[in-house]
Amino acid sequence: QGGGSAVIDMENMDDTSGSSFEDMGEMHQRMKEEEEEEAEGEAGAGEEEDGEFLGMKGLRGQLGRQVADQMWQVGKRQASRAFSLYANIDILRPYFDVEPVQVRARLLESMIPVKMINFPQKIAGELYGPLMLVFTLVAILLHGMKTSDTIIREGTLMGTAIGTCFGYWLGVSSFMYFLAYLCNAQITMVQMLSLLGYGLFGHCVTLFVTYNIHFHSLFYIFWLVVGGLSTLRMVAVLVSRTVGHTQRLILCGTLAALHMLFLLYLHFAYHKVVEGILDTLEGPNMPPFQRVARDVPVVSNAVLNTTAKAIALTL
Amino acid sequence: FPGLADVSISQDIPVEGEITVPVGSHSPDEDYSTLDEPVKDTIMRDLKAVGKKFVHVMYPRKSSALLRDWDLWGPLVLCVSLALMLQGGSADSKDDGGPQFAEVFVLIWFGAVVITLNSKLLGGTISFFQSLCVLGYCVMPLTVAMLVCRLVLLAGAGTVSFVIRLLVVGAMFGWSTLASTAFLADSQPPNRKALVVYPIFLFYFVISWMILTFTPQ
Repeated sequence: QGGGSAVIDMENMDDTSGSSFEDMGEMHQRMKEEEEEEAEGEAGAGEEEDGEFLGMKGLRGQLGRQVADQMWQVGKRQASRAFSLYANIDILRPYFDVEPVQVRARLLESMIPVKMINFPQKIAGELYGPLMLVFTLVAILLHGMKTSDTIIREGTLMGTAIGTCFGYWLGVSSFMYFLAYLCNAQITMVQMLSLLGYGLFGHCVTLFVTYNIHFHSLFYIFWLVVGGLSTLRMVAVLVSRTVGHTQRLILCGTLAALHMLFLLYLHFAYHKVVEGILDTLEGPNMPPFQRVARDVPVVSNAVLNTTAKAIALTL
Repeated sequence: FPGLADVSISQDIPVEGEITVPVGSHSPDEDYSTLDEPVKDTIMRDLKAVGKKFVHVMYPRKSSALLRDWDLWGPLVLCVSLALMLQGGSADSKDDGGPQFAEVFVLIWFGAVVITLNSKLLGGTISFFQSLCVLGYCVMPLTVAMLVCRLVLLAGAGTVSFVIRLLVVGAMFGWSTLASTAFLADSQPPNRKALVVYPIFLFYFVISWMILTFTPQ
């Protein structure tokens, strides 16, 4: 019964194949291993087993096995092709095709409002610059939170910074893209992401300066000038791509408001606060996500008292 | 081979790895032989490989030994020790003011993954795990800086100690960035090196910032 395993043994014709799909894979693997063993000439015992194995299954079993084997191969090939298609990061590669000079030029351009709003301005659909700006903003925010000793309960510094910056970039971009779709503006999602991302350059510069030099009047000047310039640029580009007064007003009003308010929020939420403001804004009822600045002992005492009372009530 | 003319490897640090492409029939034999050896041999071989890579990071030169045989043991050890040392560094013991273990761990690995994806998207020729390996090993100077900072803080927390810590952390940050740039920037097209170096700079800057602002309880 031993000898060449490739020869189909016609002696036993009983069809006990039962070749299920799972068994096919096993059999395929075993056959591959056996081929390798044959190549080295080591597997005397293996060959004998192989010969017996095929001999028992018979002709019809052999055919069924081959068909199932082919199906297995085809399935495996399709799965690996689908994986390499969708898990391929090359989809994003064209958006990262930039030179350093281009990035620098775009950074500076983001602060210069365009004058011509009568024909559509070109927006580069690039994601490297905006992504790096968001990460830089995260780093600056961390620096600001550390130097002002902000305590974040029920959250972490890193998580808050990353969540805030990425949330703003992705969330506001999506919202503006949706509004642009409603107002019939000519802009794609990648262009919107790119535009808003480059607009964060003004935020980075302002926060970097004002987190280190603590003059409130300086912050307001920076907010108006730097924030205003980058907002004007984004607004001008959007206006050039929209038709109709009402639509232009809606889009640009929303973008300007969100952009400027975000800068205001970043400065006041994650930085040393003047004593009076915290009192008037938050008062005795603290929301569950609390930001307690260290230099306002009155409010933190009130908070401690309220929490102690609440705990005493529940016990 | 014109491309190999640049690679200068010093004689006393042997290069690891196989030059020949292993043929399929050899692999069962090799598995057999490393399966049979005593466990001590396997562990010592891996430890020696990790140690050689540490030496390569300390003296960054144009050598491809770090890249050819990548492993993630070194980065794991460094990351865990850095995260343990940075844990709970807040002045108030009842608040989560300082970075927690999970935060540092996630930051290092997530940051390394982002930098790797970025360098691949910019047209780099290095593979995913090779890049992770290099970035992880180059955290070593910063771990050393963390040790030094902790020792300095044992002596006191005044202005002098802050200046010392600032200098040490700054020097180690520069070393880390230079070491990783020496390995990674070569795999990029020449005019885009700045685009790859900037995220690495930011990554090590954030880690250095966490080390510098660490205050023990």
